Amino acid sequence: MAAVVEIRDLRKTYEGGFQALKGVDLTIEEGEILALLGPNGAGKTTLISTICGLVTPTSGSVTVGGADIVTGYRKARELIGLVPQEISLEPFEKVKDTVRLSQGLWGMKRDDAAIEDVLRKLSLWDKRDARTRELSGGMKRRVMIAKALIHKPRVLFLDEPTAGVDVELRRGMWEVVEELRRDGVTIILTTHYIEEAEAIADRIGVIDAGQLQLVEETGALMARMGQKELRIELHMPLAAIPDALSDYDLELADDGEVLIYRYDTRAERTGITALLNGLQSEGIVLRDLQTRQSSLEEIFVGLVADAQKEDAA
Amino acid sequence: MNLRAVKAIYMYEMSRFFRTLAQSFISPVISTSLYFVVFGTAIGSRIDQVEGVSYGAFIVPGLIMLSVITQALSNASFGIYFPKFIGTVFELLSAPVNFLEIVAGYVGAAATKALFIGVVILGTASLFVDIHIQHPLAMVAFLLLTCISFALFGFIIGIWAKNFEQLQLIPLLVVTPLVFLGGSFYSISMLPPIWQKITLFNPVVYLISGFRWSFFGTADVPIGLSLLAIAGFMGLCIAAVWWIFRTGWRLRS
Repeated sequence: MAAVVEIRDLRKTYEGGFQALKGVDLTIEEGEILALLGPNGAGKTTLISTICGLVTPTSGSVTVGGADIVTGYRKARELIGLVPQEISLEPFEKVKDTVRLSQGLWGMKRDDAAIEDVLRKLSLWDKRDARTRELSGGMKRRVMIAKALIHKPRVLFLDEPTAGVDVELRRGMWEVVEELRRDGVTIILTTHYIEEAEAIADRIGVIDAGQLQLVEETGALMARMGQKELRIELHMPLAAIPDALSDYDLELADDGEVLIYRYDTRAERTGITALLNGLQSEGIVLRDLQTRQSSLEEIFVGLVADAQKEDAA
Repeated sequence: MNLRAVKAIYMYEMSRFFRTLAQSFISPVISTSLYFVVFGTAIGSRIDQVEGVSYGAFIVPGLIMLSVITQALSNASFGIYFPKFIGTVFELLSAPVNFLEIVAGYVGAAATKALFIGVVILGTASLFVDIHIQHPLAMVAFLLLTCISFALFGFIIGIWAKNFEQLQLIPLLVVTPLVFLGGSFYSISMLPPIWQKITLFNPVVYLISGFRWSFFGTADVPIGLSLLAIAGFMGLCIAAVWWIFRTGWRLRS
């Protein structure tokens, strides 16, 4: 796969002195879906806005399809589609007219068939003559996507595409993304919902405090960073964790009927054998065992907390 | 040059105008008629002629200028302020267009609307008074230059404004007084001598004087000076717009 977006040491300091991006390096491959995860104010939107031309970078460089976003902005922007976080549409404008405006802005010849095509794809054809203020939130979001897709971008940026969207619509959005991927569109999306990144992204980038903490393939990230939990159901409830087992990261739950042991799958020794031996020598009888992989959410919270600890140190 | 983008912005802006065409047509007709009733009949019956022209005809160029300037300003400032206000400006900033194309689209549409109103007023006025245009080419040129330069000025106001109050501030507090005091309804020679001097600092005087010259062949200031004034004002506005887009002032963070 070839790189379609290359970001080198990108920095942005806003007028008030706030450093939103502190040297971001990122290469995005053609055809992939990359999810950018991060808390509010991490720099996700600034990163996207800079690539798309809404924010002027302080230093560093970005190329899209080989074209620099500053010196070759016309060529770069022709390749980009942007769906911002906020839905913004002129309330009295008709759906098809607002899409036609986008078509013209991107230098495309007026093409009603193309407009019909994109509106049908997004289930908006029935609403083509409706004024945008008459539409529901989910439909408005789809109009924003239609406007971003009408010029057939090679790279699509979706800033929080499913924020405040109900579960059914969210799945609908994922289907749209999946279909675009089949058409070969590269998609960069930001999200708060970790399950979303987990479900649709090929790679996940975690951004916090203006820095990219890591970028990894979704599966590998899960495996590499995975914390596991061993739930041990006991025959007789325990009042307290026996002193002999105090070296282990144990927690009593369900009125002492369950022992929870957290361990790192990356560690050479997980300590499970020793723990089970210890339980046996304490005369504790087990009823059942379960293990559970931690979710990306927990990984993420752990990562951000680590980064903050480092910052504080 | 992305001419399709210019056309797309222009048509999009004009569609708002077409939606309210009747309104756009009727309101200048009514306001012009009112001016004629009040100024032409009430005052005109006391003032016989101004510089050899009947008072009713004399005020026509000023009346057209007043509306054209106000309309060009308000259309252009609202045209760019509204996308900023509701957030749709992001699309302009992320599209493969340069500042010339954006300005050509917005200013072109605002100037067209102002021109339309100017023509409607001229038509309405000709129902009340006999109008003979001595220099039709100069008249058209002055009208076009005024429409375009005040649309440019309105565009700058629209980008500068951070709220609706600011959007109204300069048109109401600066431009309207300057237009009223710029000889729309009187000749400068009718003023006391000291005010004849002071009023020359009002740039609108040069516009109205030049425009009136194209109608009746008489002017308060030399026609060359009028042309220079409007060209200079337009040049200043273009320079300001160029600077705005180069720096992204109030558009890009």
